[in-house]
Amino acid sequence: MLRSLAATVRTAASPVNAARPRATAAAASLGASVSHRRWVSSSVLSAATAAPDASAPVTADSDTFPRFPGALNSQYTSHLALIQQEGVLPTYRVLDKDGELVDASQDPHVDQAWCVNAYQHMLTLNAMDLILYEAQRQGRISFYMTSYGEEATHMGSAAALSADDVVLGQYREAGVLMYRGFTIDEFMNQCYSNALDYGKGRQMPVHYGSAKHNFQTISSPLGTQLPQAVGVAYALKRAAKPNVAICYFGEGAASEGDFHAALNMASTTKAPVIFFCRNNGFAISTPVSDQYAGDGIAARGVGYGMATIRVDGNDVFAVYNATRAAREYAVRESKPVLVEAMTYRVSHHSTSDDSSAYRSKREVEDWKVRDNPVARFRKYMESRGWWDQAQEDAFKKDVRKRVLKSFAKAETVEKPALAELFTDVYEELTPILKQQQEELHELMKAHPDHYSTAGYKQ
Amino acid sequence: MSFALRRSATALATRTAAPARSLHASSALHAAPSSPPPAEGFMPGIAHSKLIRSTTEAALATPDLPKAIVQAGQTTKMNLFQSVNNAMDIALGTDDTAVVFGEDVAFGGVFRCTIGLAEKYGKDRVFNTPLTEQGIAGFGIGLASAGHTAIAEIQFGDYVFPAFDQLVNEAAKFRYRSGNLFNCGGLTVRMPCNAVGHGGHYHSQSPEAYFAHTPGLKIVIPRSPIQAKGLLLAAIREKNPILFMEPKILYRAAVEQVPTGDYELPIGKAEVLKEGKDVTVVGWGSQLYVLENAIQMAEKRIPGLSCELIDLRTISPWDSETIIKSVNKTGRLVIAHEAPLTGGFAAEIASTVQDKCFLRLEAPVQRVCGWDTPFPLIFEKFYVPDMVRCYEGIRRAIEY
Repeated sequence: MLRSLAATVRTAASPVNAARPRATAAAASLGASVSHRRWVSSSVLSAATAAPDASAPVTADSDTFPRFPGALNSQYTSHLALIQQEGVLPTYRVLDKDGELVDASQDPHVDQAWCVNAYQHMLTLNAMDLILYEAQRQGRISFYMTSYGEEATHMGSAAALSADDVVLGQYREAGVLMYRGFTIDEFMNQCYSNALDYGKGRQMPVHYGSAKHNFQTISSPLGTQLPQAVGVAYALKRAAKPNVAICYFGEGAASEGDFHAALNMASTTKAPVIFFCRNNGFAISTPVSDQYAGDGIAARGVGYGMATIRVDGNDVFAVYNATRAAREYAVRESKPVLVEAMTYRVSHHSTSDDSSAYRSKREVEDWKVRDNPVARFRKYMESRGWWDQAQEDAFKKDVRKRVLKSFAKAETVEKPALAELFTDVYEELTPILKQQQEELHELMKAHPDHYSTAGYKQ
Repeated sequence: MSFALRRSATALATRTAAPARSLHASSALHAAPSSPPPAEGFMPGIAHSKLIRSTTEAALATPDLPKAIVQAGQTTKMNLFQSVNNAMDIALGTDDTAVVFGEDVAFGGVFRCTIGLAEKYGKDRVFNTPLTEQGIAGFGIGLASAGHTAIAEIQFGDYVFPAFDQLVNEAAKFRYRSGNLFNCGGLTVRMPCNAVGHGGHYHSQSPEAYFAHTPGLKIVIPRSPIQAKGLLLAAIREKNPILFMEPKILYRAAVEQVPTGDYELPIGKAEVLKEGKDVTVVGWGSQLYVLENAIQMAEKRIPGLSCELIDLRTISPWDSETIIKSVNKTGRLVIAHEAPLTGGFAAEIASTVQDKCFLRLEAPVQRVCGWDTPFPLIFEKFYVPDMVRCYEGIRRAIEY
């Protein structure tokens, strides 16, 4: 299955009319002042660039190949053409809207246990999102971000990873962390910034991190995780580990300079990294039409010399298959892969956002009905007899209870000790930090009514 | 300040035959235009500096050298780029996870700091990156976060700014924001900085102040080959992200006998280079040689004057204890740096000293710094805090 899938990955770039001959034929088309080059499949590209050798003497064929070091295998042409991409990269999917396999050869062959596990994680994520969103509205936590509509991007990709792969997220990947084993308690503790938060209460809610789950702590600046993921991947390669780094980011973050720096460096350093883009249509209020004019994010991967695939991000099996293929390729070839998962952000951007200000509620409801990743997956499972309404009701009731219990518990845990304000700036406490800690201590002693550590771990 | 006046002042101060060229490299621009100025510039004052340890005996007397190194007694003549090269060679040789990367490092680097390393350790450990400082910094953070040792080179400190977000928002906060689950302590970022005689806006900057304002980063600026090797090895091995700013004019100009073994010098600790009782003079990097000459000039013109010269070495976290102790002794402070006056690091030192030594101070703290302009090419010799301007700072402190 994987080999055929990998082959599909290689040729995914070719448009529908894959039978046509190569670029030269297209370039020879006459008449138009602007010619359109067909999208050359990467297998064609890799054949053409099989053995570039800048030091080889220019052969007699130097009438055909200029052999500039910057584009060794480019051929001369007398045809003046401003080239544009022809067609749009296709979107790989496995299940249709009704949860039916479109092409049996793409069946991931996962069993009931796998499906139920992934599905239940989706429901758990939804349940947790519901409670914590409300908690913010009630002033119990300061901020929250939900993942409605993107459940398949989380679970499908997480299921394809190994525990020793390293995950660098953006901020809307809680499902990935959940799938890897982060508990509801651990999520809650971070959101409540309490003494059990691994981050010691230093960051806003949803900035999760977990060393034991190899999930690097989230930071707010967008795109910064991309070049870092390349460095992590390079370290994995140097240590000869059969693992990848995977970084998640939105289509908006892909406009940042760090995206370009990262993809380029991943290609030149041959780093085993998966760039996983959640293209959900919005960057806060900015629709994709204001974000880019090219063919999404996937087209950029090809430009950086990288294996690329666009997938239906609402299809958990498509995401799973693609991530597995990407991972297998990255480890085997020690090269990066770009996966663009198309989806729709049902959520508001965050609790600080009311998206009805820039899109109609009707549009959102339409997506929830028309193309719902959770519903599609459920339909698949039900058609196999692996799930039913009774189990749905029972699980939802139980998970809600568990989430509420965890929520109530997290609220009662005290905040981290005040000393943690000054620790971890460096590995060691520096003299000036010791002085400042002492100064704060004196200040608090002088004004006990104004400063209190009640509620903080003593 | 006229050229003739500066020359005679110089002759008075150093008591040696003034070199045919003036003491400031940029006047070479007015000399015969036949050959281009050397890439690394030159710094004539350093040739006669007493701060330079040009004998094995002097080298082994370097404070804080490990006993084993002193006992081994082995030194080799090295300039600054050779000593930096030597430090990286040792780091790569003693730490399998260490890698060196940046623009043009594979062939040896534009300042030769990485010569021979790719051949010796392989292209997977010493390699070129594409032209992207934000990529270099981010990549280095990632490598370090995986527990490896990342030695990044930014080609000129003037070009570090695309990496500012990665360094300030990511590297500096990596450990703190994760509650110490993660860290990028294995990251060291080296960059050539400071005036070189002909660098203009974009090959002369001293960016230390921008980063000193960022908790979580450390900044180290070496003054000489012995210092550079020891401090760089310490920086590479310390589990904190460190920016290592090398005064580029010293790459060839500073030559010492450098201990050949593996040694580290302390980060966060200033060094008193010359003891004195009347005024504390503080600087770092190449400025120390200018200050040395300024002190010579002052001590000649003001008989009985005794100046104390301190190399801060680490800008962040800085050794306020040593400076405060000195000012409590002398009652006067002069700080000099090439970076512009406003918001420069002298402001931080001055502010802390006036707080901690208020009643002891006999004069306002003097800051002798670059003017608040971009670094000008043709006006460099008027821009930099040169020997005479530093002398004036000392004089003002003494005569207040």
